[in-house]
Amino acid sequence: MAIATAQAKPLSAGKLKLLIVDDSNIIRRKIERELKIDRLQVVATASNGRLAVDAFKKEPCDVVTMDITMPEMDGIACVEKLVALKSDVLILIISALSDKATAIEALKRGANGFLCKPFTDRQLTDAIDELLRGAS
Amino acid sequence: MTKVELETFVEGTTHYFETAANQPASVGSPYIVQEGKPSVQEFTGMISIAGKRRGIVYFTASRPMLTVMLMRMGETELTQENMCDLVGEVANTISGNARKDFGKDFMISVPQVVAGEPERVQPPDNMRSFVIPINWRSHSAQLVVCLE
Repeated sequence: MAIATAQAKPLSAGKLKLLIVDDSNIIRRKIERELKIDRLQVVATASNGRLAVDAFKKEPCDVVTMDITMPEMDGIACVEKLVALKSDVLILIISALSDKATAIEALKRGANGFLCKPFTDRQLTDAIDELLRGAS
Repeated sequence: MTKVELETFVEGTTHYFETAANQPASVGSPYIVQEGKPSVQEFTGMISIAGKRRGIVYFTASRPMLTVMLMRMGETELTQENMCDLVGEVANTISGNARKDFGKDFMISVPQVVAGEPERVQPPDNMRSFVIPINWRSHSAQLVVCLE
């Protein structure tokens, strides 16, 4: 049962800011817990696209993990809004929708990578690593 | 539903437990419910299917099974809310993965979760329900696929 929620956290110096967007609390917590990349710090989480846009306006992030199937505003629409706010934001779609058309549509709208659910901790770290390498 | 279509859901279920729950499940052969409704356990996550196909897919499991699944996933908050979240996420993930074979017109809803009220889980009367039995550790659960 997804409960609409958005949380903000203070940032340490020199870190890239990460926003986690997923309507599942356990997935948000799993990403936050298991992502082992020193350069990143989670500064906000959101349970739908609308809350993610609000959080992003308050704290424009460098990296976003984005679910697609969410209430109120889905991930594809949210990607477009975040890219309009900050064109160099790096967005990794993390979704169960495993058809090619969805991945292509997300990339067209401005996402930079796609990780299919379910995922292992290693797959998550590798996908974010690849996203950051592609940007540098 | 064809055998090949059902196999998509069997594979999705197997993949989910191997990857997300860090331990493979024994996924049995699907069977059709001949009389009455498929069984429902304490927590059920339901996905409505629209587009080229219509119907519902649901995952139903007991509290003890969900508790162990959450623990295996590294979750420390073994709350009712997270159990509701988990059944919804399992149903959502397996249904979403099915789009690899069914295509983008296999449209899935956000999960609807039912906890402790089995009468609220109502597969459509005019469609056949296929049950995929799942045995994981000492627990059993079911994925029910009911498509036009």
